[in-house]
Amino acid sequence: MSDTTNTQTAKRSTGGFDIARLLLEGRAFFALIVIIAVFSYMSPNYFTTSNFLIMSSHVAIYGLLAIGMLLVILNGGIDLSVGSILALAGVSAGAMMQGIELQALGVILYPPVWAVVVLTCVLGAFVGAVNGVLISIFKVPAFVATLGVMYVARGVALLMTNGLTYNNLAGKAEFGNTGFNWLGFSRIAGIPISVLVLAAAAIIAGLMLSRSAFGRWLYASGGNERAAELSGVPTRRVKIAVYTLSGILSAIAGLVLASQLTSAGPTAGQTYELTAIAAVVIGGAALTGGRGTVRGTMLGAFVIGFLSDGLVIIGVSSYWQTVFTGAVIVLAVLMNSLQYGRGGRKV
Amino acid sequence: MSPRTSVPDATPEPGHVVLAARNVAKSYGNVHALKGVNFDIHQGQVTTLFGENGAGKSTLMKVLSGVIQPTSGEIILDGRPVVFGNAAEARDHGISIIHQELSLAPNLSVRDNIFMGRELHGTTGVDFAEEERQTRKLMEELEENIDPLTPVEDLRLGQQQIVEIARALSVNSRILIMDEPTSALSASEVEVLFKVIRDLTARGVSIVYISHHLEEALTITDHAVVLRDGNMTAYAPRAEIDLEWIVRNMVGENYDLGSPPNGYEMGGVALSIRNLSVPDASGVDLVRDLSLDVRAGEIVCVYGLMGAGRTELLEAAAGRLAKTGGEIVLEGREVSHLSIGERIARGLALVPEDRQRDGLVQTMSVGQNLSLASIRNFTRGLFTQHRAEKKLIQDSIREVTVKTDGGDASIGSLSGGNQQKVVIGKILATKPRVIMLDEPSRGIDIGAKAEVFRLLAEGAKQGLAVLYSTSEVGECLSIAHRIIVMHKGRISAVFDSNASKEQIMAASGEAEAA
Ligand SMILES: Nc1ncnc2c1ncn2[C@@H]1O[C@H](COP(=O)(O)OP(=O)(O)OP(=O)(O)O)[C@@H](O)[C@H]1O
Ligand SMILES: [Mg+2]
Repeated sequence: MSDTTNTQTAKRSTGGFDIARLLLEGRAFFALIVIIAVFSYMSPNYFTTSNFLIMSSHVAIYGLLAIGMLLVILNGGIDLSVGSILALAGVSAGAMMQGIELQALGVILYPPVWAVVVLTCVLGAFVGAVNGVLISIFKVPAFVATLGVMYVARGVALLMTNGLTYNNLAGKAEFGNTGFNWLGFSRIAGIPISVLVLAAAAIIAGLMLSRSAFGRWLYASGGNERAAELSGVPTRRVKIAVYTLSGILSAIAGLVLASQLTSAGPTAGQTYELTAIAAVVIGGAALTGGRGTVRGTMLGAFVIGFLSDGLVIIGVSSYWQTVFTGAVIVLAVLMNSLQYGRGGRKV
Repeated sequence: MSPRTSVPDATPEPGHVVLAARNVAKSYGNVHALKGVNFDIHQGQVTTLFGENGAGKSTLMKVLSGVIQPTSGEIILDGRPVVFGNAAEARDHGISIIHQELSLAPNLSVRDNIFMGRELHGTTGVDFAEEERQTRKLMEELEENIDPLTPVEDLRLGQQQIVEIARALSVNSRILIMDEPTSALSASEVEVLFKVIRDLTARGVSIVYISHHLEEALTITDHAVVLRDGNMTAYAPRAEIDLEWIVRNMVGENYDLGSPPNGYEMGGVALSIRNLSVPDASGVDLVRDLSLDVRAGEIVCVYGLMGAGRTELLEAAAGRLAKTGGEIVLEGREVSHLSIGERIARGLALVPEDRQRDGLVQTMSVGQNLSLASIRNFTRGLFTQHRAEKKLIQDSIREVTVKTDGGDASIGSLSGGNQQKVVIGKILATKPRVIMLDEPSRGIDIGAKAEVFRLLAEGAKQGLAVLYSTSEVGECLSIAHRIIVMHKGRISAVFDSNASKEQIMAASGEAEAA
């Protein structure tokens, strides 16, 4: 029945996999196919399982950030602090791996890796919650609040290490804190852990958005906050939760990155927030809030990741890489405005 | 016949056709909004377009004013076929339109909204002083006390509608289309508007008027045209028609809005508002020390002029506005400390006045809008239950008679009145114990209104308490057991359903306002 263009564009993914909608969201999908085809043609090393897995483990970092960013953007906000939270998380994990010195007791604690992971996520959640509270309760515009937190978190990371990088994250068997590198290097059934982490995060986020009441609230308050509030949606709580989730995902990305690099530096993840925003936008979300899907965002992250890795593999200079990435982003936004421009709103 | 030069083509004899639609059809995918309509606009006269929600009235007007292009058919201006590429082209031909859904920029001032897109240029850029002077003059003409520099977002809905009207008037067009211009206006404001319309027609301006207030429209119209499901079903000059003719042609049967439901016992007090005061931003009380009770099964109507404090009263009770004093007691329990959501969960819900701003989420589908407020009820564990939600959506669509393609249609594809029904349906779906409705009949047709009244009456028989705010006396008399009149934030009188229109209007201060 309902096959007017308006109806289709306004539809939201409901988790089901259907071809028509995939084609419509298709541009990111086609872009990905084109990228893979072109690079496979240009380099024999591109189209191999091992290369895809390596590239995917790179995508994992952007992908995790992009999922958090998607939640924030759907809610009508923006989170510029994700790159800094990533660095702060990495550095904090690094510091914990070196041992926490309790001067009063004269002992050094070596928390096990699982505790390091949990504590780091808690830290990410905390910084995210600060964003959320500033925005929802103190009414600081999201752009400004997260910009401030971006600087503060980066500064704290620099202070903690004096600008240096932790190079030894392996832990020692006698302290019982080995295993940090597992995240970055191990594989289950041949698939890197980082990719599995990304897949898990994407599935959870996708289910949350399409099937839970919270997901509906998120879309609603991004589309019209006043109407959502009057319908009984706890808009403030939703907002705080959204930024907190973004903080947690950034912290996880920080852990994965530190583990992949076997080092944690305070300058990690600079400008990653922009990459994450780009992935979300390429994936078809509207920056004004209320529209977008996890599937689209994942495609966006893969487009960016596969493009930049492909350019490296065929040996294009990094300057050109920047140009290409920029062009892809603008192209995607252009198509967004075409898609929503003729949308279902009455004039 | 008019000294104005802005009406160049005015011929001495009014009544000939200036603008006409011939066989105009418009389809959105497989929704056929217009199916080959003929429509004439007569010089210097008022042509009124009647029709149910979704009949195609707004669509036809958008075609005539160049906002959208017809799928087929032609538009004839002064006997010659024309094609309007966009609204600006139509405006250059002297055609302007007041849209059903307000199209103002909320952050800009009244003046800037009125001159948006056609700023007056002086020697040093925009001539703000002249713009302001003209705005002031328009407001005087409309007898409205609005400062030209107020941001539009600070105006109440009715005043925004006045600004929209003023903007259309400021163009000095010779054909003026008004799509439900009075849906948020009070009776006295409507009177002023009608005076302005008579002035305009006397000067040779041709008017198209759309309204669901049938009696009101009858007092101004010269020709009536009825649309039904995208077809023109009837046409007649004023002399040959009456209310019954319109309703018969519109919906095919006659509706009686009836009288308040009776023959059952009312329960105890369901909602009790005690000594409530609600201030505006500057601290002036819009609701002053007001107390009222609604019993289970009782329908109470709050009548008052625009700005009497009705919206503030309801919004404070719903939890949207902060109050400075007083208590809100729901079924014996104080709820002032609860959030809007918690109040809804306890059964106290509000149908807000402004559907665009407060009622609908434009990015979501019809179904998602309908289920938004009750989503907690079909969430089990972590996940919402698709089947339960779907059923609720289908039931709601049927219950409030939303004319739509189905739950997946985008909300923007609905006609104005059908959007309003979605807002009402959304709140009814929460199964409230006390329902508050703020001007819920804005833009809904007579059949839908009867349906909403029936739903409220039915609910009341099962113990639902209803607080119904309106600026139409007729609505109060046909639904309410008790009528509370508000004036300047206070209750000025209370009547039972046997009161007369005149008594009620007098108590509201209508006389001094007019
Ligand atoms: N952009 C659109 N996309 C799809 N369908 C649309 C669109 N605009 C209007 N329609 C459909 O066209 C029909 C006529 O709508 P229209 O707005 O003209 O009704 P109306 O007579 O003005 O009703 P109301 O009294 O409620 O304002 C409706 O069924 C509506 O759903
Ligand atoms: Mg309409």
